[in-house]
Amino acid sequence: MPAQTLTATLHVNGREHALPDLDPRTTLLDALRESLGLTGTKKGCGLGHCGACTVLADGRRILSCMALAALYEGREITTIEGLAPEGGAARPHPLQQAFVERDAFQCGYCTPGQIMSAAGLIDEGRTGSPEEIREFMSGNLCRCGAYANIVAAVADVARTPLVPGAREPEQGRS
Amino acid sequence: MEFLSPATWEEALAAKSARPDAVPIMGGTDVMVELNFDRRRPAALLDLTRVPELREWAPDGDRLRLGAGVPYAVIVDRLADRAPALALASRAVASPQIRNRGSVGGNLGGASPAGDAHPPLLATDAVVELASVRGVRRVPAREFYLGPRRTARSDDELIAAVLLPAPAGPQQFAKIGTRNAMVIAVASFALALDAGRRSAGTGIGSAGPTPLRAPEAEEFLAAEFDWAGGRPPSPAVAQEFGALVAAAARPIDDVRGSAAYRRHALSVLARRTLGWAAADYRREMAACG
Repeated sequence: MPAQTLTATLHVNGREHALPDLDPRTTLLDALRESLGLTGTKKGCGLGHCGACTVLADGRRILSCMALAALYEGREITTIEGLAPEGGAARPHPLQQAFVERDAFQCGYCTPGQIMSAAGLIDEGRTGSPEEIREFMSGNLCRCGAYANIVAAVADVARTPLVPGAREPEQGRS
Repeated sequence: MEFLSPATWEEALAAKSARPDAVPIMGGTDVMVELNFDRRRPAALLDLTRVPELREWAPDGDRLRLGAGVPYAVIVDRLADRAPALALASRAVASPQIRNRGSVGGNLGGASPAGDAHPPLLATDAVVELASVRGVRRVPAREFYLGPRRTARSDDELIAAVLLPAPAGPQQFAKIGTRNAMVIAVASFALALDAGRRSAGTGIGSAGPTPLRAPEAEEFLAAEFDWAGGRPPSPAVAQEFGALVAAAARPIDDVRGSAAYRRHALSVLARRTLGWAAADYRREMAACG
């Protein structure tokens, strides 16, 4: 089919990137990884099921595989590479530090998405209890099963008390 | 693929009129799956994210006019009082990330019978506002769904908004799925009680070629519910209500569940939501003295 291309400018981690000859079907995820070389954001399922591609758009967490790059022109995108202040490995973001301290990963593939999702979650304020953290982190899968430590890491940063043996909410809706 | 990016609603309507085959995209959470897996190659995409009106909501008489592009997360956080059943359903949509992008307009445009927004729209007798260069028309949700993924929307029309009547009693929603996120409902159900009219509204999801109502269950509950005293429905009444809801469904066997399971699940969801709504009703009566 005739390839109609367009030019878009993305704002990622405080920097502007012009994307000439953009196929309008390009996802934000592919633009980040292939065009900008920001491979911290992972591609998992491409269906919106796994959450590995979570980034922030104007501070709200979204799935970059379900987003067309062209629709995010002018929006401020934050990826795992831009989460820490000054991007420094020497001074990781508190969530990155907490994931290390709590051993909140095994293979690490889902981790950037988990951390970006947690960053969005803490801003949303849905961190009142471990159960609430579980519900509102439920868009991120971890196939290694590090969930317990992920909840603990998020709780540390959100200052959520981890009550041992807390019951699940009664009216839990799937 | 052509990419149309109108900056105003008028431009969007003109674009849709000129290119009725253009696929509207807002949050993208439905359309993107088809694009990513090359299941669909639309000749044109119509980007509606730059049209501010679609993200607005405002009173419209005694109804709430909710722009078709208001994200589910906003409905959950800000409109739970004005649209309780829709807010409960919105909280069950996909995942937090998708709720930041997806909106009721997408559910209505795609018209999958599994869409979480449909049962509340049916139960609360909401109205869908469609617009084109020819004008605006308002279609009750109960007349909107015509067949599998077929609706009353014409090719040149865009979904502008939904109009939600002010809640006049408790509303509930429940859904069966296999995970706490990203669950396409195996079955879902919404119930809205109207204390003023002494009537009940129902909506069934994922158990028929379209979202469905259960009119016999509604009539039965309107007659049997203790509107004056607010006593909990007897087990026999709850059982019969569940059976009538299950009987109204027209489910099929598929990968997510068998028809028999869906009917059974619906009867349970109907009884359960009735119990919750009856408890809410008693609480509201007590609060009003």
